[in-house]
Amino acid sequence: MGLKLAALLKSLWVFHLSTGSCNNCDIEVLDCLTPRFDVERFGILLVGSIKHADVLLVTGSANRKSMQRVKRLYEQVPKPCLVVAIGECALSRGMFIHSYNCPLPVDRIIPVDVYIPGCPPKPEAIIAGVLKLTAKVKGRAR
Amino acid sequence: MALLYLLAFGVVLTATLGLLASGLDRKVTARIQYRVGPPLWQPFIDIVKLLGKENLVPAGASKITFFGAPLVGFASVVLVSTLLWVNNLTPSHSFGGDLIVVLYLLAIPSISVMMGGFASRNPLASMGASREMKLILSYELPFILAVLVPVIKTGYAIRLGDLLGPQAQNGVVAGSLSGVLALGVAILCVQAKLGLVPFDVAEAETEIVSGPLVEYSGAAMALCKLTKSMLLFVLLFFLMTLFMGGLRWNGMHLVYGLLKFVGLLAVVIVIRNTNPRVRIDQAVRFFWGRVAVWAVVAVVLAFLGK
Repeated sequence: MGLKLAALLKSLWVFHLSTGSCNNCDIEVLDCLTPRFDVERFGILLVGSIKHADVLLVTGSANRKSMQRVKRLYEQVPKPCLVVAIGECALSRGMFIHSYNCPLPVDRIIPVDVYIPGCPPKPEAIIAGVLKLTAKVKGRAR
Repeated sequence: MALLYLLAFGVVLTATLGLLASGLDRKVTARIQYRVGPPLWQPFIDIVKLLGKENLVPAGASKITFFGAPLVGFASVVLVSTLLWVNNLTPSHSFGGDLIVVLYLLAIPSISVMMGGFASRNPLASMGASREMKLILSYELPFILAVLVPVIKTGYAIRLGDLLGPQAQNGVVAGSLSGVLALGVAILCVQAKLGLVPFDVAEAETEIVSGPLVEYSGAAMALCKLTKSMLLFVLLFFLMTLFMGGLRWNGMHLVYGLLKFVGLLAVVIVIRNTNPRVRIDQAVRFFWGRVAVWAVVAVVLAFLGK
C-alpha cells in the first residue's frame, strides 16, 4: 500500500450529504463525533466543504431532485475519494421503494464503497463500517 | 550559510515544530472536551494525505492568483521564521530594523488568505476574505502598540538581536507592569492573527463553511494548512523573543525556552476553548476600543519606566 493511501486512511475527512432522509441517520452520524464515540481519534473530521472531503457519506433515498445534486457533488470530490451509504434508505430506498419519486437507489447513481445498514444504524455500526472501508481499501491496494 | 538557515531552520524545523504545536492544540482541545483526541502527529498525516489529493480549480477562477496566494503566505512565514531563528541563534548576524520587516511580513499571510479567497470566485470565500480584511484592520493597531513596549523598554532597539541582550541582563520585558499588559494585548492580537476561536470570524466553520479556504483542495490546501501551523509556532516565538527573552542555547536555558513556548501555547489553547465566536463588528469594536486603550496605557507606562 502506497504512502498516499496509508495517509488517506489515517485522516479521513468526511462530507455528510443528506439526499432527503428523515434526519435520523444524520443524527447518528453526528453522534459518532461526540465524546462518547469520538471518531477524531482515528483522524476522522467532519468538513463543511466538498472540496476538502475524502469520504462522501450519503444518507436518505435519493429522489428525483437530489439525484442530480448527488452526481454533481460526487464529481466535485477531489480524487481519490470513497463513498459510504448509510441507512436503509440509501441502501435500498427502504420504505420509499415503491415511491414515484425514488426511481433509483444511491448505488445506481454513484459508485458506493461501503454499505452500512440500519434504520438508523447505531454509531457502533457506523464505526464498524469505517473499519470495513479501511479493510476494503487495503485489500484493493494489495 | 544563509541558505542553511532558510532551509534547515526556516522551513524544516519551523514546519516540524508548528505541526507538533497544532497537534498538541488538537489533543488538548479534545482532552478539554472529555475526548481521547487524535494522535500528536495527526497534522503530519493530514499534510501527506492532502499532498496526494487532486487539485481542483473552480470554474472561472484566476488560476495564477488561486495557486499563487498560498505560496505567497508560505514564503512570508518562512522568511519571518528564518529572521527569528537567526536573531535567537547568532544575534549579531542580523540587520538593523528587522523588527519592522518582521511586522510587515506578518501581515502578508492574512493578505494571501484574502487573495486566495477573492480569487476562488465563491461567495462564501469572498465573505470570509472581506471579514479577514476587517479583522486585520482592527488588530494591527493594538499589535503594533504592544510591540512598541519592548522597543521602549530596551532603549529603542529596532533590531531583534538588540532586544534580546538587555533582556538577558536586566530581566525580561514581561517582568514589568507595562510588559505584562502589552503581552496580554499581543496574545489577543495573535489569537486574531491565527484565526483561532474567539476571532475565527473569517473561517467560521459552522457559518461560512471554512471561508477563504472553501475551494482549496489537494496540495494548495496542504500549503494553506502548513502555513497556518507554522504561523502558530512563529507568532508565539515572536512574542517569546519580544517579551520573554527568547531562546538561549546553553543547557538549562533551552528547557526554559521550551517552557516559555509551551506556556504561551497553553494560554492560546485555553482562550480558544473557553470562548464562543464573536461577530466581526464585535471583534472590530473590541480591538479598536478596549484593547487599543490597554495598549496605549501600556505604552504610556513604558515611557514612565514602569
